[in-house]
Amino acid sequence: MREPARKIRVQCEINGRAVTFDAYPMARLLDMLREQTGLTGTKEGCGEGECGACAIEMDGALVNSCLVPALQADGAVIRTIEGVADGATLSAIQQAFLEHGGAQCGICTPGMILAARNLLERNPQPTGSEIREGLAGNLCRCTGYTKIFESVVAACRATRPGG
Amino acid sequence: MEAPKTLADALDRMAREPGVWKAFAGGTDLMVLLESGKLPQRKFLSIWKLPELRGSTTTASHVTIGALTTYSEVRRNEVLMREFPLLCRAAAETGSIATQNRGTIGGNIANASPAADTPPALLVYDAELELVSERGTRWVPYHGFWKGYKKIDLGEDELIRGIRLGREKTGWKHFYRKVGTRRAQAISKVCFAGAARVNEGRMEEVRIALGSVAPTVVRAIETEKVLHGEKVVPTTVRAAQEALAREIAPIDDIRSTASYRLRVAQNLLAEFCEAVAA
Repeated sequence: MREPARKIRVQCEINGRAVTFDAYPMARLLDMLREQTGLTGTKEGCGEGECGACAIEMDGALVNSCLVPALQADGAVIRTIEGVADGATLSAIQQAFLEHGGAQCGICTPGMILAARNLLERNPQPTGSEIREGLAGNLCRCTGYTKIFESVVAACRATRPGG
Repeated sequence: MEAPKTLADALDRMAREPGVWKAFAGGTDLMVLLESGKLPQRKFLSIWKLPELRGSTTTASHVTIGALTTYSEVRRNEVLMREFPLLCRAAAETGSIATQNRGTIGGNIANASPAADTPPALLVYDAELELVSERGTRWVPYHGFWKGYKKIDLGEDELIRGIRLGREKTGWKHFYRKVGTRRAQAISKVCFAGAARVNEGRMEEVRIALGSVAPTVVRAIETEKVLHGEKVVPTTVRAAQEALAREIAPIDDIRSTASYRLRVAQNLLAEFCEAVAA
């Protein structure tokens, strides 16, 4: 006999704010972000961890939110695309994507920016191949990747000390 | 899903209701199966935060890593980078950064896919597994842990706690190559890991393991025997390639064909021999 799943209370920090929501333990964090907290910047692409469109930061690590059950988000510190800009001031990576045509249809863009941001936090001056590796889990079907790659290179230049 | 606070609590639930609870770590495999309706279990134990399954210890003879060690942690571990480079290469070639941050070595073992990338490296290093349950602890060699396609010698009440690697292979030469459709996010068509102790061009000891060429990841024991004690010359390599063809069983599937896999496996074997003899 199968017991019906019961919702649990999940408390976490999202983009610097304490957030509480009720969720089935195995609900996807992706859906909870979009439907329970109204943060629809995080996109669903493949739903199986292959495309990176739903990438967020959880406890400082880049993760695909479609593969995180809600229960495991309890107590976590989360950053989504909505938490990347400082108020109305875009981050260097966002600004670079704007200026260098890094976004076209926009579905992959939040995940791309989170992946790029996470890479530059770990490695502020990555080589070309390190940028390619950092973004390899994020698929884009518009740009052919060149503009995205150039945007990340430009963001590194913009944030280089003295540059 | 429930999240026990301690290993003892997790093992207690698994002992009381064997087969009911499915251990769930980073979810990189299980969430995909769950969403597509392919998981028979309905109840999951989140083991992600169990401290007893994390961390690593190094003694004079062994390095032991917790089952929850992620691919990202493997890649950053200095002892592993220095002494067990195949494991770090395998971790770096698994999925993408986001997958590597959540996927675990224990999960790669427990999921038991014949196309998994770290098992060939673990076989080459003669890894041993620590299995725990309410009944106690047992250590088993990873070689032989596999009982068939996606079948392993893990009881319904057992968890993999750690993986132990002997440090006696310092000074061996190491070779790893994953062949897939693209560099990241691709499941292997063929994965080859090998290590050898070579003295004046002669293979004094050798280990070879492959993924995606049989119902389980396999250690190529017969191929190792052909190479053992031999100088790397074309006739020896050819004999080893023939032995390899006899002990692997590649198939046609969505990712590749049997004949391509056999050819690539044999070519990688030749590349391995040349690389370690050089």
